[in-house]
Amino acid sequence: MAASETSKETILRYAFGNVLSFFILVLIGVLAFSIRLFSVIKYESVIHEFDPYFNYRVTQYLTKNGIYDFWNWFDDRTWYPLGRVIGGTVYPGLTLTAGTIWWLLSSLNIPLSVETVCVFTAPIFSAFASWATYLLTKEVKGAGAGLMAAALLAMVPSYISRSVAGSYDNEAVAIFALIFTFYLYIKTLNTGSLFYATLNAIAYFYMVCSWGGYTFIINLIPMHVLLCIVTVMTSEHFASFLVFIIIHVVALVYYIKGILSPKMFKVAVTFVVSIGVVVCGAVLAVLIALVASSPTKGWSGRSLSLLDPTYASKYIPIIASVSEHQPPTWPSYFMDINVLAFLVPAGIIACFSPLSDASSFVILYIVTSVYFSGVMVRLMLVLAPAACIMSGIALSAAFDVFTRSIKFQLPGATENSERDAGETSSNSVVAQNDVAKTEKNEDAVKERPSKKNRKKEKEKENVEKPSVKSQIKKKLLILPLEASIIAIFLLVLLGAFYVVHCVWAAAEAYSAPSIVLTSHSQDGLHVFDDFREAYAWLSHNTEVDDKVASWWDYGYQTTAMANRTVIVDNNTWNNTHIATVGTAMSSPEKAAWEIFNSLDVKYVLVVFGGLVGYPSDDINKFLWMVRIGGGVFPHIKEPDYLRDGQYRIDSQATPTMLNCLMYKLSYYRFVETDGKAFDRVRRTEIGKKYFKLTHFEEVFTTHHWMVRIYKLKPPKNRIRGRAKKSKSKASSTTGTKRIGTKKKNPWH
Amino acid sequence: MGFRFDLLMFMIVLLSVPVLSNLILSNVDRRIDLTTQAVRITSTLKVENTGSDLVSEVLLAFPDDQAKHLAYLTATNNEGKGKAKSSSVSFPVDVVRPKGMHPSLTFYSVSLPKGLGKGASLTLDVLAVFAHALQPFPERITQPDIQLVVFNETAHYLSPYAVKVQSLTVKLPDARIESFSKIENTKIHGSEVKYGPYENLPPFSYSSIVVHFEANQPFAIAQQLIREIEISHWGNVQVTEHYNLVHGGAQSKGEFSRLDYQARPHVRGASAIRHLVAKLPPRAHSIYYRDEIGNISTSKLWGDPKKTELVIEPRYPMFGGWRTAFTIGYGLPLQDFLFHSEGKRYLNISFGSPINEVVIDTLIVKVVLPEGSADISVSAPFPVKQGQETKFSHLDVVGRPVIVLEKTNVVLEHNQHFQVYYKFSSLSMFGEPLMLISGFFFLFVACIIYMHADLSISKSSPSYLAKLQWDEVQAGVQQVRNIFDRCLTLHDKLEASLRDLSRTGDVQACKASRKAVDGLLKDISKDLKPLLLSLQSSPQAAQILPKCSICKTSNATS
Repeated sequence: MAASETSKETILRYAFGNVLSFFILVLIGVLAFSIRLFSVIKYESVIHEFDPYFNYRVTQYLTKNGIYDFWNWFDDRTWYPLGRVIGGTVYPGLTLTAGTIWWLLSSLNIPLSVETVCVFTAPIFSAFASWATYLLTKEVKGAGAGLMAAALLAMVPSYISRSVAGSYDNEAVAIFALIFTFYLYIKTLNTGSLFYATLNAIAYFYMVCSWGGYTFIINLIPMHVLLCIVTVMTSEHFASFLVFIIIHVVALVYYIKGILSPKMFKVAVTFVVSIGVVVCGAVLAVLIALVASSPTKGWSGRSLSLLDPTYASKYIPIIASVSEHQPPTWPSYFMDINVLAFLVPAGIIACFSPLSDASSFVILYIVTSVYFSGVMVRLMLVLAPAACIMSGIALSAAFDVFTRSIKFQLPGATENSERDAGETSSNSVVAQNDVAKTEKNEDAVKERPSKKNRKKEKEKENVEKPSVKSQIKKKLLILPLEASIIAIFLLVLLGAFYVVHCVWAAAEAYSAPSIVLTSHSQDGLHVFDDFREAYAWLSHNTEVDDKVASWWDYGYQTTAMANRTVIVDNNTWNNTHIATVGTAMSSPEKAAWEIFNSLDVKYVLVVFGGLVGYPSDDINKFLWMVRIGGGVFPHIKEPDYLRDGQYRIDSQATPTMLNCLMYKLSYYRFVETDGKAFDRVRRTEIGKKYFKLTHFEEVFTTHHWMVRIYKLKPPKNRIRGRAKKSKSKASSTTGTKRIGTKKKNPWH
Repeated sequence: MGFRFDLLMFMIVLLSVPVLSNLILSNVDRRIDLTTQAVRITSTLKVENTGSDLVSEVLLAFPDDQAKHLAYLTATNNEGKGKAKSSSVSFPVDVVRPKGMHPSLTFYSVSLPKGLGKGASLTLDVLAVFAHALQPFPERITQPDIQLVVFNETAHYLSPYAVKVQSLTVKLPDARIESFSKIENTKIHGSEVKYGPYENLPPFSYSSIVVHFEANQPFAIAQQLIREIEISHWGNVQVTEHYNLVHGGAQSKGEFSRLDYQARPHVRGASAIRHLVAKLPPRAHSIYYRDEIGNISTSKLWGDPKKTELVIEPRYPMFGGWRTAFTIGYGLPLQDFLFHSEGKRYLNISFGSPINEVVIDTLIVKVVLPEGSADISVSAPFPVKQGQETKFSHLDVVGRPVIVLEKTNVVLEHNQHFQVYYKFSSLSMFGEPLMLISGFFFLFVACIIYMHADLSISKSSPSYLAKLQWDEVQAGVQQVRNIFDRCLTLHDKLEASLRDLSRTGDVQACKASRKAVDGLLKDISKDLKPLLLSLQSSPQAAQILPKCSICKTSNATS
């Protein structure tokens, strides 16, 4: 009687626990989605930054023309005159995902624009990612840790920075794919199920489709497999696989032995072995030759800079020029993962007790991702899920200990201790301090095996004994009531700090779409919408086939928002082409005109922040143009633009600097605004104030002067004087001139 | 000007055309308003029937090149003197092609329902609005230049009837007048040029005049405007207007300098379109102003109970020839625009754009009625091209009927209400919510069925049997674990009592608790027995038995 009652009670309790965790997960999903909506609420539902505009444009093409056209898409509106094969050079995962969502909605007659779908893809996938984190952590350390990790991931600032509404970039879906692939890998490892293995392969494929970061998985999983094989704690699956292979080899050998005479068999063995050795050697030699023959030893520049952090800055300025490829600073760790940084070590220790396949994988994951994040700011994103999982494990273990000690010392509450512990740990406001850490870790050692039992009957036999003993021992580890209460209070405080920081980061730091800027002044909010003003002007008031030259940062936006052909864009696949534009920007007006004219350019767009103090303008990026241009065309020399190694645009600036096209286009008639030509970004008066443009004319400048568009003057104006004298002479001079141009013009 | 010369030729030809009827115009007073880009010509005609027959129509003549820009034409009967508009009756006006007339003239006939008897007279107020009648000259200007436009008209009223007395007033904007044709009886009063009076002119008199003047008001022309009016019986009329705007004035050439424009906006960029004012109906809500790349932040909104005023600025100041495209959307309360009459519902909403200064080349009004509307008819105050299509949105199954009304050359005067009548049952409103509810219901039912149904293909396969056994053992193990838990709590209690004993020396209490615990432990071992038996009987549970013996021993030790 009593037994059946208690069993009913437990079933009820488990059912209740399941329902509770289901609702907690739903709430975590809602949290993950809604914390990313600050950008929509504070600004508007718009695509952010640079790369998302390209993805948006590709998605538009996909939804308009269908998948086959998308696959074969040769884009002639970019990299003029080379063009770009989009279908073959893009990671299609994100685009296909958003395209599918849009297609589903529109087939249900729900009228959402492609833009809306694209804007909200990232928040939706962050909800998925937090659920995937729950599953992964649950496989590693149980449901409590899973819920905690999911809650932490739902609002980790590092991930928010890449997945706010409107940040329609590969990372948005790739992080979900990454975590989910890891989950399926662990699940396959734990169950040995072929079903999960298949799912894992599919998830892996999706990951590869979505992001260049798949190389991380491709290396991490084999590393873990190797680790599992090498270490003693090899799982029975690996053993069985190994045995499986060995058995087959042995069977084959016996079979061959059976059909051949002993003499022949010996010959066959030597033959096979020698052939095998030769083939292996040959393959190895070919591989080494191939790797050695390529200048980068078969690695892409970005990967190389992962192994050698100084590689990019030494050899490839175009990679080094991107701010997200720089190594992070210490504050950026605090900014991006906040208190998780302190919880990770505790989580690692918790994972070591006991070390299972799953927990060793998580340890491997955190170790590698910490290294990668140290090399490139961008890879902080890979670290974030690992940090969340670790901290989730740490926190849930800590709460386990504290709540249990409190429960034990409160009279009459022992029965419900476990349930309460579960509930408390699922609260999102959590953290921990040092005392708690060590205590909990010791405790976790004893705790874990019993949890595992539930899952694995086979293991029970071996593990149950220590488990019971551990439970008996447990009371010896119980902390004093006051200490536990204080520790829980501190943990909650730390968690609250984390939540406040995350909400602040989501609301203030990471929600700016960067195409619309705002500033607060005495008379309220001021909006700087200059970029879209310029793009809208280009799109409505220039010919459809006009070519617009600008630094590559604005390439994606120009093609997506203004629908005009650009020379270079953010897909920096052709260094020479970018260097050509860089050279033109660093050349004097006439030489620049010749380069641009040879590229059929009709408009030149520069971004200028000097009037309103917008710091990431072209003058501040100019040294990179010089460097990248000079890397290909040696007549551009960086020292020519520097005075005593200093980059300056004031009266001390070098004449080369003051006469280059970028300077002129940025500061044309700037002096007339305030009479002094005071640049608010560089905080100085500019060096050359009064000058005229001979080969370019201003056709548009936005309200705050942030974008200035110039038109190339038609060539006949230049030879007017000579044409009168003699036409034949004029033509011959232009002819020689053209030859001269060819020599000088690096593009030919 | 070749143009003028042609007209003179044409006038001579016209003079040979015979007189049409016995009507004469005893007095013609014309006022031409050139202060906006739409040219408004108000003519007051005093028509007299000098013949003996009843005349039921009056013809109005326009040269073809003017007629093709004619956007709006009404003729009203002006009975009382002064401006007692309430007494005016408007007459139907139609295009006619009377025989024997010159082919380059377009005639409109004003039908007089009562007819005009012998010797009777009638005063007609004719309002004609032309959309593109002002020609910029010079056609291309630079940023600091002012915009000059040319207007061609005839000083003598072009009419198939003889005109006794006539006069013409041309009202120009308060700005420089570059030149105007000086013919006899020309006077200038401030910004008004007066021609006439001229007396006793034969039919088809024509005397070309040209006025060349500064006009810096923006020439905002919507090449296409699509207004979509969507009715939701849940209480909202959603209006979405897609504008394709161009500055139709003198083309801008050469540089655009923001510096000059910002320093002296009214000199350097006098003719630029800086902002437009949309006068929305009162209680308009959820107003947005955006284009294909997002929200346009330069707009202001004022609202009071009588009107809502939205001041919109394009993303950039628009100079001559510059284009832009944007969308305005707003919601209106349903009860203000939807009414019932004779078992039908009808929508009563204005036809034209809420932006008054815009001249629209092609206006397409789409009225999206709720799904399931039937018996649709339209009543418009002026002729429009009608069509019908279907739109699918928000979970529609059969689609919503859409009435498409198209009109070219639309000006301010077209801002009149039109009506769309249709039948719609209120019950069909609930179709879509019910569909959603049932959809979710079936989803949940499917989930429940899936959770409870046994979907294994073979009931006798070893893996299936193994799974059953597995579940069974799992349950048993779970129960055993529960017993462990209870056992452990008893341990804890016992321990606590022992601790108390060591502290207080209260042997009795300790003994009592010991007794209680013993009793409970007995119960537990009782509970354990059947479980152990069942587990022993299960072949898969053989490995778990040692664990149970541990439990037993632990019981014993306590």
